Order: sequence, then structure tokens, then C-alpha cells
Amino acid sequence: MNKIKSIDDLRKMKKDLEFGMNIREKSNSPESLVQIRVAMATCGIASGAREVMNAMIEKIEKDKIPAVVTQGGCMGYCYAEPTVEVKVPGKDPVVFGYVSPKVAVEILEKYVLNGELIEGIIPTNYQSINQ
Amino acid sequence: MASYKMHLLVCGGTGCRASESAKIVEELSVEIKRVGLENDAQVLTTGCFGFCEKGPIVKVVPDNTFYTQVKPGDCKEIIEEHILKGRKVKRLLYEDPTTKEHIEDSKHMQFYQKQIRIALRNCGFIDPENIDEYIARDGYSALAKVLGEYTPQQTIDIIKKSGLRGRGGGGFPTGLKWEIASKNKADQKYVVCNADEGDPGAFMDRSILEGDPHSIIEAMAICGYSIGATKGIIYIRAEYPLAISRLKVAGRQCRAYGLLGKDIMGTGFDFELELRYGAGAFVCGEETALIRSMEGFRGEPTVKPPFPAEKGYMGKPTNVNNVETFANVPAIILKGADWFSSIGTEKSKGTKVFALAGKINNVGLIEVPMGITLREVIYEIGGGIKGGKKFKAVQTGGPSGGCLTEKHLDVPIDYDNLIAAGSMMGSGGMIVMDEDDCMVAVAKFYLEFTVEESCGKCAPCRVGNKRLHENLEKICNGRGTTEDVEYLKNLGKVIKDTALCGLGQTSPNPVLSTIEHFYDEYLAHVTERRCPAGQCKALKLYTIIADKCTGCTACVRACPVAAITGEKRQPHVIDAEKCIRCGACFDKCKFSAIHVQ
Amino acid sequence: MEKIQVTIDNKVVEVAKGTTIYKAAKDNGIDIPTLCYLNLDHLKIENRPGGCRVCVVEVEGRRNLAPSCSTECSDGMVIRTHNVRVLNARKTVLELILSDHPKECLICSSSGNCDLQKLSQKLGIREIHAVENAEMSTYRKDFSPALRRDMDKCIMCRRCETICNDIQTVGALSAVNRGFMSVVAPAFEQDLVDSPCTFCGQCVAVCPTGALTPFDDTSKIIRALADPQKTVIVQTAPAVRAALGEEFGLQPGTLVTGKMVAALRQLGFDKVFDTDFAADLTIMEEGTELLNRLTKFLSGDKSVKLPLLTSCCPAWVNFFEEFYQDMLDVPSTARSPQQMFGSIAKNYFAELLKIKREDLVVVSIMPCLAKKFECQREEFATDGNPDVDFSISTRELASLIKSANIDFNSLEDEDFDRPLGESTGAGVIFGVTGGVIEAAVRTAYELYTGEKLTKIDFTELRGLEGIRMATVNFNGTQINIGIAHQLGNARKLLDGIRSGMYHFHAIEIMACPGGCIGGAGQPLHHGDSNIIKARFDAIYREDASKTIRKSHENPYIIKLYEEYLGKPMSEKAHHLLHTHYFKKDKN
Repeated sequence: MNKIKSIDDLRKMKKDLEFGMNIREKSNSPESLVQIRVAMATCGIASGAREVMNAMIEKIEKDKIPAVVTQGGCMGYCYAEPTVEVKVPGKDPVVFGYVSPKVAVEILEKYVLNGELIEGIIPTNYQSINQ
Repeated sequence: MASYKMHLLVCGGTGCRASESAKIVEELSVEIKRVGLENDAQVLTTGCFGFCEKGPIVKVVPDNTFYTQVKPGDCKEIIEEHILKGRKVKRLLYEDPTTKEHIEDSKHMQFYQKQIRIALRNCGFIDPENIDEYIARDGYSALAKVLGEYTPQQTIDIIKKSGLRGRGGGGFPTGLKWEIASKNKADQKYVVCNADEGDPGAFMDRSILEGDPHSIIEAMAICGYSIGATKGIIYIRAEYPLAISRLKVAGRQCRAYGLLGKDIMGTGFDFELELRYGAGAFVCGEETALIRSMEGFRGEPTVKPPFPAEKGYMGKPTNVNNVETFANVPAIILKGADWFSSIGTEKSKGTKVFALAGKINNVGLIEVPMGITLREVIYEIGGGIKGGKKFKAVQTGGPSGGCLTEKHLDVPIDYDNLIAAGSMMGSGGMIVMDEDDCMVAVAKFYLEFTVEESCGKCAPCRVGNKRLHENLEKICNGRGTTEDVEYLKNLGKVIKDTALCGLGQTSPNPVLSTIEHFYDEYLAHVTERRCPAGQCKALKLYTIIADKCTGCTACVRACPVAAITGEKRQPHVIDAEKCIRCGACFDKCKFSAIHVQ
Repeated sequence: MEKIQVTIDNKVVEVAKGTTIYKAAKDNGIDIPTLCYLNLDHLKIENRPGGCRVCVVEVEGRRNLAPSCSTECSDGMVIRTHNVRVLNARKTVLELILSDHPKECLICSSSGNCDLQKLSQKLGIREIHAVENAEMSTYRKDFSPALRRDMDKCIMCRRCETICNDIQTVGALSAVNRGFMSVVAPAFEQDLVDSPCTFCGQCVAVCPTGALTPFDDTSKIIRALADPQKTVIVQTAPAVRAALGEEFGLQPGTLVTGKMVAALRQLGFDKVFDTDFAADLTIMEEGTELLNRLTKFLSGDKSVKLPLLTSCCPAWVNFFEEFYQDMLDVPSTARSPQQMFGSIAKNYFAELLKIKREDLVVVSIMPCLAKKFECQREEFATDGNPDVDFSISTRELASLIKSANIDFNSLEDEDFDRPLGESTGAGVIFGVTGGVIEAAVRTAYELYTGEKLTKIDFTELRGLEGIRMATVNFNGTQINIGIAHQLGNARKLLDGIRSGMYHFHAIEIMACPGGCIGGAGQPLHHGDSNIIKARFDAIYREDASKTIRKSHENPYIIKLYEEYLGKPMSEKAHHLLHTHYFKKDKN
């Protein structure tokens, strides 16, 4: 371990360390964040949900997007797996189907950051995240 | 640092550890490896979540899943179902006592809804043995801010302005205490952290030290800077081995980072820290007794003045604050005095940690804003009285406090209101009593504690409390008179008026406040020889209801003192003189023919 | 000094800043009752733990009552010392203390001398409100040769603890246990004999009740006096005559030498002798020892141990045997006057009377409790027969006189018997701090210089300061002298010597405050140090009234050497008048 030799050292150190706590910090106030839930039941995993999830987390961390990714069970859209449910604060949740890692990044870039709708939305008739 | 997608936080507080939480950590890690998710999910040991009623607790983030009463055997299922497949293990989720619903997100638990966590901000959130996690959450930033931006006096002014008052019992304004110590000139001064928590049932200090030891070290350094002290001592009871070991780890990490020692963060400020172990005497929580004990003498209070701020440890100016008080300090520095003083009531700012115990559904540790009502604490956070029984009283302030009754349920809780109601804040014990509790017996219970814990230095406490206790025992045994109740009142007042230290001065409170609020119950004991709650054994009267008695003789055989007589198949009778009120006949009777009064 | 104004019982008074409420009241004629508080001004001994809570008073604006002994006055303070709240509290607290105190005052050895009893009378306690069968705290009784501990009677005033730790630095006593069972006791509640106790008895001297009392030997004396086979002789220590009168209502400082001798004769002692005689003898031995060591030292002999430490005080001997085991060759080997007397009596005097030593009973009247222990030391007995059979205290003598129906105050003065009753002024001043060394200097000066002293009073050696240092001019040779009384002061001196800070030629040490006049066997001072001061003055008056004031001029001492001992430090003198010291076993 290195000594903290100045106040700036501490600030720098904090910046570097913050990252590891992100996931917990975000869980503290999920309502103010974009909540993304990846369906991770057997069907989801089989069709690549884990890769989708990893891609989204990487993107979020890289671009410091105020979003939190959790995993959920099967939403019943097994035909459209992998599925991802996105809830932007103040808006109704939207479910995307047939999400690939590439699409996942697109969802973040277009829908989450710019509010543009993209293809692949599954019409829903219930609210899940905001229950 | 690896990029984990999920964190599994396992409570490593003393309570949960007693229920094998260390084993749970181990099992979870094994299972995660087994399913190959060791790079996705991380298992961490944290401090106490406060919800001790249902420990051990495992919390999964970011989805805020709150698993209760987890056993090592449940780990496989948690990993396979939840972590691997995203399906929460329903049976382990907290069940709301009223709606009977399993709550998936801890944000929706009533227990947490009214809480504001300042002192407990990191408890159950970070790994207390990892200084990096503390730093990541702004740890030592408050110290850096103070050293870099404020003069000692400015720091004191912030604490003064925040309105923070001592959380150990007395409620003395913390900033003022610091100011007095800072103004006394000496070649050496000391900052002492009072971690000699002793109220029965109170464990907030232990939880903070176990869950967030660095916050105390940081606050002590801030205090040291403010008052001009370069030495800090934590006086902690030796019965807190986990807290001690976490403090030791934290201290080592600080020294390695240069956050303790010479020239901290290059600012020229020196601060060293030392641990002292107390032998678990309640009186050593009193600051002058604590100092005597630290000096190697018998732990007993000395006459004030001189106050420790003038002549404390080794005769030098010493500032003594309690753990919870210190825990608030870094947050105040970072978020500002105005933020802190916006929480709470006019004269009591911020939050207070309470240890909820007794006949309440959610036993545990809670942190609530000052000014919350007892009703909110008991019925919302606490989930109401166990078994749907009727609320009778709540004892706050431990053995030094008094009891509050139904009429106090809507009084905002703060220092002054509690004193006005005949109790006190104390260190934050809150013991709830229901209709089955006899208030005379409750007073007796607390007196038993103070008799045991009196240091014996002053006569009113040494002998007076003993006599109070004997008198209460007499009343509980059905031999009391109304004069005895009057005697209790006078003696209690004299002890309050004459005892040397806070322990003695407050020890009659449970007696005086129960006499005030439950005088009828005392009267029932001494005039009718009856215990309304049916708790005082000696006052129970066992009789046989002739109509129901079949003369089966089961009770005769059960009675250890041959107090029951009667012909076979004829109603029996109990000789009240011989009866020792053991209740054996009551348990044996199949026809509900035994009546207890 | 800054003055402040306070109102006590509606009276506006001006006091110096820092004055306690108790003192302010007392100086203005209001005597607030106290129990644990003890203040011996002249000796700088203070005990104020604030524990008994009897001295509480009401201070306007304060939530609870204030202990007046340890609360300082502040400007504008309004104090009430006897309103209903205060009186009720005071009485209730005293009742509490009494509820845990044995009610055996009729037969308690402290009865009539007990501060608790007096306070109970003063506050008019007539009944004790407590539960029937209220529990009492009881403890194992502990008997040592010198004192008796019956801690059932302890009220936790902590005076003994303060004396033992802060003043004497012996550390034999401290509070143990908690709450109702707390009591002052040696560590692990071991017996005093197994503790570092020196038997100085100062704990007894300050105990306000009958918890700590002297071991009572009076019945043994009565039995010996009644035995026709025995010749019973008595020696009286110098400090006794300056204090005994107090037990009979006389002013402190009244010298009652003649009455004391008369009373002892009436009690039936066959011979009434004086320890002062043995004190003169001590000077001959100890003074010679000092001169020998000095002469060798001044002629460059480095093997000589200096300073010479006096060894008259038995508590002091116990103290260095316990705490300074590396320095056992420093104190003088001369026995104490009590033991020199015993040795001369059982050998020389028994021979004169032509009786067996077993048939001679030697009793000593001492201001001291440690003397009871000293006379039982094995090295001071021959074939199991002790040189001094019994040592009783001044208080025990008073009680013997009273029980024998002797009207002490109307007794005619009588003189000591010869030969062991003749003494000089030098022997008398053995009873005060600085006296032994002054007596030694008077003799050593004349023997060293061969000249007569022009001025016998060495006032530079006198006083009640705890540690005193002086230089005496022996015709050009400067002799450095150190004096300490109370063992804590002795410790400071010894530590200074050990570390090389001090360079003395001779040092006198006495364990008790003021020397033997403040011994634990003396009438109790009840916290009034004026009494000790008065005895102090009385001793020097007695010295001044003597025609012979130097030990070596005592004709009976000269005769004793001529007829029996030969020279000081002769082989015979060595055998009879010197001793050696032991390392006290550490458990």
C-alpha cells in the first residue's frame, strides 16, 4: 500500500475506488436511475442474456451512464429472448426483445441517452419494475 | 478492481455471526465458484443491517433483495436460483407481518422506510475491514477537508452550528464540549472515544465499531485537530472482541496509508490512536470513571468540576465523546451544519440510533430522525407489539431512564421531551412492554442492574439502590404496604438529589416513573395483594373451579408440596398457605379447572 | 487573591476564589456535618472523595444537591445548608449508611470515639427506615498483631485508602468489589500480614468508625499485673506524655509525665521506667555508628555506606524491608529504643534483680501500633521469650486507667524509677519528626569536634514540612541531613538517594505524620491537625525543661556502659542493642 501523502492523493484515490462501490451506491437510490432488468431465466441465458448483460454493464461503466442493471426471471416472452426491460425515471417501462450485445449498446445509446425509440419493443400490459 | 455485476452483502455483526454468518460467506463463495460466476458476483462481509430480529441477513445488490434468517444450507439455492437465473428465493424474503407479503426490495420494508442513516450510513453497506471501501464512500474526505480548508475554531463552529449533542446519554452540545477543551491550554491533550457501552439491550456503539470503524477514527482525528490533541484513545469493553479486532485492522490500515501517525496527508497534523480495554463495568461509561479506569485506577467517578475538558486523562484536558456522536461528525463536515440541523427538532438535531427490544415484532437497530414519535417507531418501524398484544409502556434510556406510556405515544422523541416525560434519551435502548409485564417487576429488574453495577463509592447509590431493590422485592412478594411505596418515593428522590455520578442520580428513575404512571399497579400489589399483570409469582392465587374439576387427581400427583387435597372423583381444593405457585397443577389439568388470579 | 461573594443561609459573605462551600461556611460559623471528608492542614493530608454525601447543600439553580466539601464557591452563589430538602436528604443518606452498619455500639471499641455515632446523634436519628431483614454487607474479619479489620463497620469513606496509598505509598489497601459489597481491603482480600502493610496504623488513626481498630492487648497486661510470680515493669515512649491527657479532657499539648507515672504505679507496675532512657542509649550506639561511618568516609573509604538512616521507627523498618530490599545495609543497625530497653531490661536489669527473664514482664506504652508487631519479631526474643512482652498504645493505657477507677486529673506528679527511668532532653525529642537526628547531632557534634555545644537547639532540623533538608557545621565539616516523616515522603527521599540526586550523610525517617506524636496509638485527632501541632510544641517544651539535654551526659547511661556494656558498638552492645534486616517475602 502506498502512503497518502497529500489531500490530493486522497481525492485521486477516492476517484479510483468509487467505481467498485458503484453497484452498491446505485442500489441505494434506484428510483433516480435508469433501471435495466435482463431476463436471466434458463431461456434467457440459453439465448445469450449473460453476454447482453455484460455488454450493457461495460457500456454503462465506460460512459458513466446513470443506470443500474439487475437480473430478472423469465418474463414470459421466451420466444423473444434475450429480453431487456428498461425503465427510465418518469416513463413507463419498455421491454426489448431479441437483444444482442450490439442491440444492447444501441438501446443505451439511443433510447436511454437520447430518448429515441428503436426496433424490437414488445408491447406490455403490466408494470414490473415499478410494482 | 474486478467489475462485479452483483454484490452479496452478508452481515458480519456479532448477532449474525453467532448464527453462522461466517459460514454463509464461505458457502456463498464456494457456490459462486461452482457455477462459474466468480467474476460476476462478489461476496462481502459488512456490518450490521439493524434487522437483527431476522438474522442472519444476506442482501443482494443492485436489486436490493433482502434475505432473512439465512442458513448455510440456503446458499446453494440463492446462488443457483437468484444469482444464476435471476429468480429470487421467495421463502427467504422478508414477510410483512401485516400483509403477509414477501417483500422483494428492502426499500419497501417498513422497517427501513422511516429510517435516516447517518451514524449507520456505512453499516451493512461496506466491508468494515477494507479501508478502500470507506475511502470510496468519501471516507477521510472530511478529515482532508478540515485539515485543508478549516481552522480548528472553524471546525468547532461547524459542529456547534450543526446542533449535534452527545449521544451517550447526557446530550451535552458536542461543539461546546470541543470548544472548552480547545480553550484549555496544555502541552498534551487527549481525545477519548467512549466505547464502554453498557445499557442492557443497547448495542449501537458496538454495531458502528463493527460495521464502520474508520468513521470513528476519522472523527477522532477531526476532533484532535479541533481541540489541539495529538493522541486519541478508544476505551472499549473487552467483551466486544469483534469490534476490537475491526478497530485494530482499521488502525493498521490507517497507519499504512499515513492517515494516522505523523504529518497526516502532508498537512503537518499528527494524530495517534490507542485502544484501552474496559472490564465491562457499567459505571465506566461515566466519563470521569472511564478516565480513572484508563489511568489504571479503580473505575469510579470523581467529583465534577473539574471536568475532563480541564483536567482529564493524566490531568490533561481531555475530550470524551461517545461512539455514535463521533460517527455523525464526518457526515456533518462533508454535508454541512445546515444539512444536519435541518433534520430533527428545534433543540435536538440529526438522528438517533435506537436499539428496539422487548415485546416488539422487529427487534433491531434503527436510526431515526429526532422528533419521530414513539408510535411511528413502535408500530411502523417496529412492526407493532408481538402477538397482537396491548402496548403498555416503553422504557427508554435503559436503567437510567424511565417508562413512557400510551399517552406519550405521539410525543416527538428528543432529548428535552423525554426528560419532560420523566425519562431520558440515554444511549438509546428502547424496551417495549406489553400488557403481560408487571411494572413493579420491571422497576425491580432495572434496580437489580444498577445494584449490580454501582461502583460503591457514594452511599446513596451503594446502599440506597440496594434498599430500593429490597423494597420492590418486598412489594412483589406481597408483603409491601402503602408506606413502602411512599418510602420508595422519598428514597428515590433523595438518591437522585445526592448521588455522586450520573449512574446514581438516574438509577431511581425506573422506580419513580413507574410509580408515577402506574401507581394503581403498585397499589394493587400492596393493598389487594394482587399483581394485575399476573407476573409476580408470590401474588398468584391458584384455586380449583369445582364445577370443572373431575377429581382425576392428576394435579395432586403433580403438586410438589402436597398442597392439593380431595377425594377421587370429587372436586379438589388447593391450600393457599402451602401452595408455592409453581403452576404444575395448571399445566397438568386437562379440564381447565385450575384458576389463576 | 481574588475575592468572590456568596450567600450562605441568607448571609452574604466574601471568600477567596477557589474556596469550597464547606470551608466558606465553616469560616463563617456554619459547621456543615461531614463524614468522609478529612483535612489535616498542617500535614497536607486531604481526603475528599465526595462519597458519603452527608455534607450536601442546596445551591440555587443546580438540579441536585452539591457536596459542600468538594464544590467550589462561585461568584453570586446562593447556598442553603439546612432547609428541609437538605436536612431530609442528609438524614436519609445517614440512615442508609446506618442501615448497613452493625448496631453493636455498646461494645464497639470505637464507641464514644466514633464519628458516625456522633453524626447520628447530631442529626437526631431515632429510627432507620429500611426493609425488614435488610441485607448487611459482611466480610471476613482480619486480625494482625497490630490492628484489627472488621469491615462490616466500613462506611467507604476511603480515608484509610488515601492514607495508605497517597500519603504512605504503601498500597496495602484499596477499594475492592462493587456496589453494596464494595469495601476497602488488601488486594484479593488477603490478610494484612500477607500484604505490604507496614502496620504504621495511620489507617486506624483516621478511621471514623470501628472498622479499623488497634489490636487490644490490655487484658494481657491486667493478667500479668495480677500474677504474683511476675515482676512487671513498664516503659513509656516520649510521645505518650504529650497526648495522654487528651483522653482525660485536658487541652492538647498538656504534658502529663508526672501523672502518667503515678497512674502506672497505681495500676500496679513494679517499676515505671522511661523509653527516653533507651533513646539516650540509642543515640550512643547510632551516633557512634554515624561517627564511625563518617570518619571512614571523610578519610576516603569508598566502601562505607552513607547516608546513615535511622531505624527507630518500626513501620519504617517494615517499609524498607518491603520496598527497598537493595538498600538493607544502609540503615543503622541500632535497635529501636523500645527494643533496646527490652534487651537491657531482660538482661542487665533482670540480673540486677536476680530474677529469670521469664519472670520479668516488660510492657511498653507506645504511641504506635507497629510497635506491637515489632516486639513480636523473632529476632527480639531469647529462647522464645520476647524482650518486650506487650506493647500497648496510649489509648489502651487511657482505657486501663479509666477501668481501674483512677481519677487521672487529680493525681500528684511522680517521678520515674531508677536506673532505667533517667533521661535527657535528647531522649524526649525522639517523639517528633527531626528529634532523633537532632539528638544524634547534639552528641555526634561534641564527640566529633571534642567541643561543647554553645547552642543546643538545632531549629533548622525542626518543623512539620514533610521533607526537610539542612546542613550542620561540624567545625568546618559540613554534614548534610535529610528528614522525612510519612512514608510517601520517605520514598521520595530514598528514590532521590538511589538515583544519586541527593547526597546526605544522615537521614531520619518517621512513618507517622509529625513523628510519633501523630502515631496511630495516640488519642484520635478526628481530623484536627492543630492537635498534632500542640503535641509537637509540648515535646520541645519538655526538652527545654530538662537540665541534661544530651544523651551522652545521661549519668545512668554512662554508668551502664561502665558497669555492663563497655563501649558503644562493643561486642556486648552489638549483641544486645543491634539487629539486622530481612527481605520481606514476596508472595
